[in-house]
Amino acid sequence: MTEHDVRTFNINFGPQHPAAHGVLRLVLELDGEVVERVDPHVGLLHRGTEKLIEAKTYLQAVPYFDRLDYVAPINQEHAFALAVERLLGIEVPFRGQLIRVLYSEIGRILSHLLNVTTQAMDVGALTPPLWGFEQREKLMIFYERATGARMHAAYVRPGGVHQDLPQALIDDIEKFTETFPKALDDIDNLITENRIFKQRNVDIATVSLEDAWAWGFSGVMVRGSGAAWDLRKSQPYECYDRLDFDIPVGKNGDCYDRYLIRMEEMRQSNSLMKQCIDLLNSEEGKGPVSTTDGKVVPPKRGEMKRSMEALIHHFKLYTEGYRVPEGEVYAAVEAPKGEFGVYLVSDGSNKPYRCKIRAPGFAHLQAMDFLCRGHMLADVSAILGSLDIVFGEVDR
Amino acid sequence: MDSILFALDYLFGAPIFGLGTMIGFVWKALLLLVTLLVFTAYVLLADRKIWAAVQIRRGPNVVGAFGLFQSFADLLKFVFKEPVIPAGADKAVFLLAPLVTVLLALSAWAVVPVAEGWVLADINVGILYIFAISSLGVYGIIMGGWASNSKYPFLGALRSAAQMVSYEVSIGFVIITVLLCVGSLNLTHIVIAQQEMGLAHALGVPWLTFLNWFWLPLFPMFVIFFISALAETNRPPFDLPEAESELVAGFMVEYGSTPYMMFMLGEYVAIILMCALTTILFLGGWSAPIDLPPFTWIPGAVWFVLKLSLVFFMFAMVKAFVPRYRYDQLMRLGWKVFLPISLFMVVAVAAVLQLTGWGWHGGMA
Repeated sequence: MTEHDVRTFNINFGPQHPAAHGVLRLVLELDGEVVERVDPHVGLLHRGTEKLIEAKTYLQAVPYFDRLDYVAPINQEHAFALAVERLLGIEVPFRGQLIRVLYSEIGRILSHLLNVTTQAMDVGALTPPLWGFEQREKLMIFYERATGARMHAAYVRPGGVHQDLPQALIDDIEKFTETFPKALDDIDNLITENRIFKQRNVDIATVSLEDAWAWGFSGVMVRGSGAAWDLRKSQPYECYDRLDFDIPVGKNGDCYDRYLIRMEEMRQSNSLMKQCIDLLNSEEGKGPVSTTDGKVVPPKRGEMKRSMEALIHHFKLYTEGYRVPEGEVYAAVEAPKGEFGVYLVSDGSNKPYRCKIRAPGFAHLQAMDFLCRGHMLADVSAILGSLDIVFGEVDR
Repeated sequence: MDSILFALDYLFGAPIFGLGTMIGFVWKALLLLVTLLVFTAYVLLADRKIWAAVQIRRGPNVVGAFGLFQSFADLLKFVFKEPVIPAGADKAVFLLAPLVTVLLALSAWAVVPVAEGWVLADINVGILYIFAISSLGVYGIIMGGWASNSKYPFLGALRSAAQMVSYEVSIGFVIITVLLCVGSLNLTHIVIAQQEMGLAHALGVPWLTFLNWFWLPLFPMFVIFFISALAETNRPPFDLPEAESELVAGFMVEYGSTPYMMFMLGEYVAIILMCALTTILFLGGWSAPIDLPPFTWIPGAVWFVLKLSLVFFMFAMVKAFVPRYRYDQLMRLGWKVFLPISLFMVVAVAAVLQLTGWGWHGGMA
């Protein structure tokens, strides 16, 4: 028998696979249970978001960002809003910034809760997701109470946020921040020290820091490998520089470190939410939630009844939209999954000339082959879980 | 069981159920079978309910009060669905596989004593019979996985073959330690031995029967047996043959309708068998935990079912809590941890019995 007679066992992992996290298709070449090669096939959820945005006004583009990483929608809107605001050169009032940060952190918890618990599910523990979903449900109700939608919020808009938060909602979120650490402890107790969970995650898919940079990783994927890299600290946007939080950093760069970092980040987010609420309740945190420039943000309905100018503004904004000065800009936020960036090119019209979306999941997914090679079939789903992939943003 | 048949004979005024005859045996077998299947239906429900409770869900609660008829509704659903056989499958083997699984699982029950004398076949190699039958159980999975002619079932079948063989080795040694103490392969004798000798007798409190049972003196073996039983029946954390997040449903991927139901039925009957075996080997079978009036009034069969349910509750809780082992970790646990421990225990128990002269000698008569 010559060597080329040895045939590997090829299987399709997905797109209809319970651990494929949506519509990923991996073509695996197996030698017994050992993975020889992983070939990720993407594009099954491609909707042409970037091209569609070119045909929409800046305001109409916002909802597309909800549909990228649909686990933490507001974080994506945030990046787009930042990009447009930089082109327009406008400032968001402090209360608007606080609400943005508050909801970004809610988004981070939403995303991390889902990821951490499904990572446990990918290694076979079916209980944590249901515990996590109970908390996510509460958070999604906060989304709904602020924006009217549980997922596709369209809440953070260029210039600020759409509406102010009712005081009752702020109080309820405060109550949540007091009970949430307890719920987190429960999940912690169930899986963190579990021997089987550790055996399945420790030293799986170890990434050195050089490799992490080389593959274009960001977010938890580089922090797991030991870099204290977090856009909220390194290039603070909104009011993050006024808030107090730590960046958890891993040592080994394996799946278990990434899991631990996400657990700790949820606690940090919880504390950030508390700080935001304290500031929202303080004198400094009162005021408008979006810029008062009528050329960008539509007027209040009451004003439209009294002021001709407001009525004109409203009409212009919802028909033609606003024109954005010529130029190009890259704005990025620390989304739960990593650096989420929006590169905007404006030709001075009311629609973006080009909108390139830099989704962290795509960069992470391209490393699947590098991460999985030599591991076993069962590890593929564990690794995929620790990458935190959402196909909305990978396929765009 | 004889007493029930006797009562029935008495009621009809004629030996229709014929004690001790061939027909009587058929009736007994039917009685056991029906009871077992109905019990399985509720064990399945209990499994889902316990799992749901851990996950803060309600579980099945629509069909009947508390979902009590859920299993029967599922049965109807499965039976009325069209069985789909993949084009590339080996039709005969594909359909034979679930039959093999369910038949083997059921036939093992022939030697299980539910209470004193309540056993279909009181044969003197009962434990060997069960061991043989449950070892054959792997054929259902291998046949199903192979005949499907599909990739995920094939991997599932491969894993299953290796896994079940590995854990049978340690189960075998666990059984040997019990047999050394009892000196008989008869399951009824194993239970009686736990009533008549043991720690309670040694301490001078013979009425504390539960101290007599083998779970206490053979505690490490009890634990190993429980874990191996999980592996033998493909329950989490050893559910690799059907691992959802890796192999989708393993060897059952291509199955649907009645054949699928038979796989599930066989699996749960095998689980109950393992629970029953744990009860008999380590928890004193049908004997009451304390040999004093309020406890002895309750019939042995009830104690048996109670203990069996307790063991099953542990099975269900394990399923709710643990992640799944990886294939190589499973093998390592089986061969490098359980095998040496159980081998050592066989030697140790044999040495203790030889040196002290303990052990039960009633079975020799």
